[in-house]
Amino acid sequence: MSDIVIIGGGECGARAAFALRERGFDGSVTLVCAESHLPYERPPLSKATLIDALEPKLVADAGRYLSDGITVLTGCSVLAIDRAEKSVMLSGGQPLRYDRLLLAVGARSRLLPDMAEAAGRIHTLRSHDDALAIRAALHAGGSLVIVGGGFIGLELAATARMMGVDTILIEGLSRILSRGVPEEIAEAVAARHRAEGVEILCGQAISAIEDGAEKATVRLAGGRTIAADLVVVGIGAVPNTALAEAAGLAVENGIAVDRYLRTSDPDIFAAGDCCSFPLDLYGGRRVRLEAWRNAQEQGTLAAANLMGAAEPVSNVPWFWSDHYDMTLQITGLADGATTTVRRPLGDGAFILFHLDGEGRLLAASGIGKGNAVARDIRLAEMLISAAARPDPHALASPATKLKSLLAA
Amino acid sequence: MSNWVEVCAADDIDEEDVIRFDHDGRTFAVYRSPEDQYFATDGLCTHEKIHLADGLVMDDIIECPKHNGRFSYKTGEAKGAPVCVNLKTYPVKVDGGSVFISI
Ligand SMILES: Cc1cc2nc3c(=O)[nH]c(=O)nc-3n(C[C@H](O)[C@H](O)[C@H](O)COP(=O)(O)OP(=O)(O)OC[C@H]3O[C@@H](n4cnc5c(N)ncnc54)[C@H](O)[C@@H]3O)c2cc1C
Ligand code: FES
Repeated sequence: MSDIVIIGGGECGARAAFALRERGFDGSVTLVCAESHLPYERPPLSKATLIDALEPKLVADAGRYLSDGITVLTGCSVLAIDRAEKSVMLSGGQPLRYDRLLLAVGARSRLLPDMAEAAGRIHTLRSHDDALAIRAALHAGGSLVIVGGGFIGLELAATARMMGVDTILIEGLSRILSRGVPEEIAEAVAARHRAEGVEILCGQAISAIEDGAEKATVRLAGGRTIAADLVVVGIGAVPNTALAEAAGLAVENGIAVDRYLRTSDPDIFAAGDCCSFPLDLYGGRRVRLEAWRNAQEQGTLAAANLMGAAEPVSNVPWFWSDHYDMTLQITGLADGATTTVRRPLGDGAFILFHLDGEGRLLAASGIGKGNAVARDIRLAEMLISAAARPDPHALASPATKLKSLLAA
Repeated sequence: MSNWVEVCAADDIDEEDVIRFDHDGRTFAVYRSPEDQYFATDGLCTHEKIHLADGLVMDDIIECPKHNGRFSYKTGEAKGAPVCVNLKTYPVKVDGGSVFISI
């Protein structure tokens, strides 16, 4: 095996490329990146970048690719995979041969049903270029409507408020962060946003969004009409599966892979936001994660397995999100939990532990100023990974060090 | 020329733990290893400027609380994504029950 091609230069593809070299792979490594930038970090796009950075925060500088002998094709897309020939067709028109292929094609912003693409004053936020376009349209005293009360929309709301932009956030369901975030934490996030001056409207259906020369207009089914300088639609992401589907690979809420990140073709792997995989820790349940650390870890794991190892996915899901000076962290998957235990940490910070009927810790979610919850969330992750059944009283008591439960 | 600065009492840091130490406009992280030795590094992660003292110490590793970047606090070496720039380390001594770092 001598040629590895990685499609997609996001967090996952870039990590995979470096990990191949770290593990001593000495064949060719080609990273095909549709975007015109070297791989960069997406999380800052809804956070600091919007305020101060015009350049993306790169995963690694150009010199690292050079010294690692990784060929990076920026501004180049793979249009098709020819599995019989074992080659991919590049947007420049030339084919590129592979022995093994990694699909790290990520996800794209979900659009509203009648929305063909983001245009004019109506934006989505996935790429650095999206962030720059939003940045250019935001200014103190200006107005912004965010459609969708998920993480990206809320982080953008915080950033916009810090810039002095009038911000209204519209959520279709009865509360924000309804996917995977406990109500008490979502409430803490909502309360803070409201205190910072964000108007949050829940349970609102949108009947139309109209672009205009001066303003964009959002019409709510309830009758209210809101005009704003720009509208950002943040209603989630959809995995990029078209390439895999056209090549006849199995797709199931993402490119379907096994516990080794192998697709239905043994020479093609998929990792990161684009793939769905079985999580042994949760009874083999098939999940797809949209999380930065998962993209890194799966990139690294894919590299090992591309080189012939057979290491299963074993990481516990982990995610963070920043709002003003508060950080929220979530580890594990709470579905199926029957008991919730609350651990207060002072200064308003707290963690909720989610346990199943047998007392096993399934997930933990926390929020607080700065990194108040980080250490305990990390220890919770280790407890989850160990399939531990920690004493609920110990979890609830801030005086008990979680580290001591790990040793037990 | 070394400039020894008193940080805290040796007992103020738990075994396999870390504290933050601010001095003269700078911030440091001071560690006590599971083998009961003391170490010191710059206080801020090299990925984004986050206080490492809020992170978790495991064996000879400090893990950043923000995105779980890892460093050896003994050598300062960055141990993997997303951190790639090493931490500066500082000599530490314990004298008369107190911890001192040389800065
Ligand atoms: C604004 C924003 C904020 C975020 N904040 C957080 C956060 O706070 N915490 C957290 O845990 N996660 C966060 N995330 C999620 C995190 O960034 C993603 O999980 C991560 O980027 C996934 O990496 P990936 O490499 O799998 O996919 P992506 O980052 O989506 O990268 C895939 C790349 O592949 C390219 N590509 C697609 N198809 C092709 C093709 N055919 N040919 C060539 N290239 C192709 C795409 O253009 C893209 O550049 C955030 C995401 C966004 C957008
Ligand atoms: S700030 Fe330390 S890993 Fe990102």
